Amino acid sequence: MEQTLAEKILARAAGKKKVSPGELINAKIDMALGNDLTAPVAIKEFEKIGVGEVFDRRRLALIPDHFVPNKDIQSAALAGQLRRFARRYGIEHYYEVGRMGIEHALLPELGLALPGEVIIGADSHTCTYGALGAFATGVGSTDLAAVMATGELWFKVPPTIRIVFEGELPPWVGGKDLILYTIGRLGVDGALYAALEFCGPVIEKLGLDARLTICNMAIEAGAKAGLIAPDETTFDYLENRARRPYAALYGDAGAPVEQEYTWDVSTLEPQVSFPSSPANARPVSAAAGTAIDQVVIGSCTNGRLEDLRQAAALLKGRRVNPRVRLIVIPATQAIYLQALQEGLLETFIEAQASVSTPTCGPCLGGHMGILDAGETAVATTNRNFVGRMGHRESRVYLAGPAVAAASAVAGEIVHPADLQEVN
Amino acid sequence: MFIRRGKVWTFGDDLDTDAILPARYMNVFDPRELARHCMEDADPNFVEKISPGDIIVAGKNFGCGSSREHAPLAIKAAGISCVIAGSFARIFYRNAINIGLPILESPEAASFLEKGSTVEVNLQNGEIMELASGRKFKAAAFPPFMQEIIAQGGLINFVRGKARPAVMKEEQSGEDNQ
Repeated sequence: MEQTLAEKILARAAGKKKVSPGELINAKIDMALGNDLTAPVAIKEFEKIGVGEVFDRRRLALIPDHFVPNKDIQSAALAGQLRRFARRYGIEHYYEVGRMGIEHALLPELGLALPGEVIIGADSHTCTYGALGAFATGVGSTDLAAVMATGELWFKVPPTIRIVFEGELPPWVGGKDLILYTIGRLGVDGALYAALEFCGPVIEKLGLDARLTICNMAIEAGAKAGLIAPDETTFDYLENRARRPYAALYGDAGAPVEQEYTWDVSTLEPQVSFPSSPANARPVSAAAGTAIDQVVIGSCTNGRLEDLRQAAALLKGRRVNPRVRLIVIPATQAIYLQALQEGLLETFIEAQASVSTPTCGPCLGGHMGILDAGETAVATTNRNFVGRMGHRESRVYLAGPAVAAASAVAGEIVHPADLQEVN
Repeated sequence: MFIRRGKVWTFGDDLDTDAILPARYMNVFDPRELARHCMEDADPNFVEKISPGDIIVAGKNFGCGSSREHAPLAIKAAGISCVIAGSFARIFYRNAINIGLPILESPEAASFLEKGSTVEVNLQNGEIMELASGRKFKAAAFPPFMQEIIAQGGLINFVRGKARPAVMKEEQSGEDNQ
């Protein structure tokens, strides 16, 4: 019987010819990931198992990115535990401040997330790597500990929900708008336990950065994974980048899916998710005029080069509104450097934005831009839950980099096309 | 050992892990420290009101959002004996089982049970009973290997000594779990 992309990947990792939704399997893990918040718990649990070494020191990535550069003494202790463990066990993919990036931007950039692989990470946005045709899913610290010891993990094979985007994307509409729209249509648990597969002519024309943005937020609809079948765009991206040999897999035509939605996005407006749920997605015009205090452009969702280019195009020759603080955080050191060389950082600084070293920082209310009671932010991040970016009486509107940059200039939420011309 | 009895505290649908344990407290992972902030952004005084053994009852998609295991750890360390929900977000579901926090999925119980009522839960057969009315509900059963993880007090105890968590294979081949 025909199988979907997710089923094909899980079947191979389980050493089976085929698997079916609902089946419990044990899968071999190609890559495992932990960060400065989740890995210390995993390390403690791993040491209780008492195996003496990790399953494969080349297939474990430990990336301090959430509360680094260390925001306080406790965070320094967490980062220290990660560092010492990485040294003691010879972990190949440990990346120190100055070399690191936000994990879900860094791993694809380093060629460590590849088509056909099964990847787990003790971070819910691990589903990002599905953009490369991998089955990637977030787990907790104890699951990570078990994988560190054994290289395997149990899964329940998810059913697939397929989203087909048709038509032509209008100006100022990109990957973030597609995924916010999708979450708005499905709801925060609309894809619970399922694999979300994105396809259609709109996806085929999207670059890798936008695809990573889309799969990154599959979890916000409750999905176990987000997937996009690999194509020439994927293989071009991986050329001279892939760190392991890989064999891409594809779903069979006619494979049964739980649900299929076909949406023509030719008239889609840029999307904004109102507080306090990513599923509160509405056209930007519905939020237009909302006064804001802070704008954050960055995160594992939208801190990549294409995002920064889009923001810079709008900020060029303009200034951030005096009432607004704009914080721009390139997601990795390589992106940071490229943005510098292209003059994007100069544009940001001339527009009076703050530009920071890579960190997850404000996205989860960690540091580098915490909101006060009563404050409102527009953020290109992935969650706008109560208290997510700071005080529980602060509010976050989620948007793509174009809406975020335009709103920073306007001082209120605005459609990028409605920004006044620069003279 | 399989019976839990406690007073019910109710929460709505889609309660996320940021509300259960805000990230600002994740610079430590000592469960006692985490417990002090359990549910803080959903109900700031929650930990002052609860008694050991109390039970959380919530709607659908409980524990959505971040993968932080700190969330179920905080609930467990705060003394909550069991969480009953209409459904659980999948990472929270795995985490709760892995750390030995009892969870039960029952949309009927979740919509029936009210704050302040007293409930008795049998973790072995998934039976939930409201004591005042005698009304009973049956939660979905866990697959056998998951019951084994629960019985051993979590995934680490389960994996330890086995070298590998080949749960399915060993179950199928009938090997001794030890």
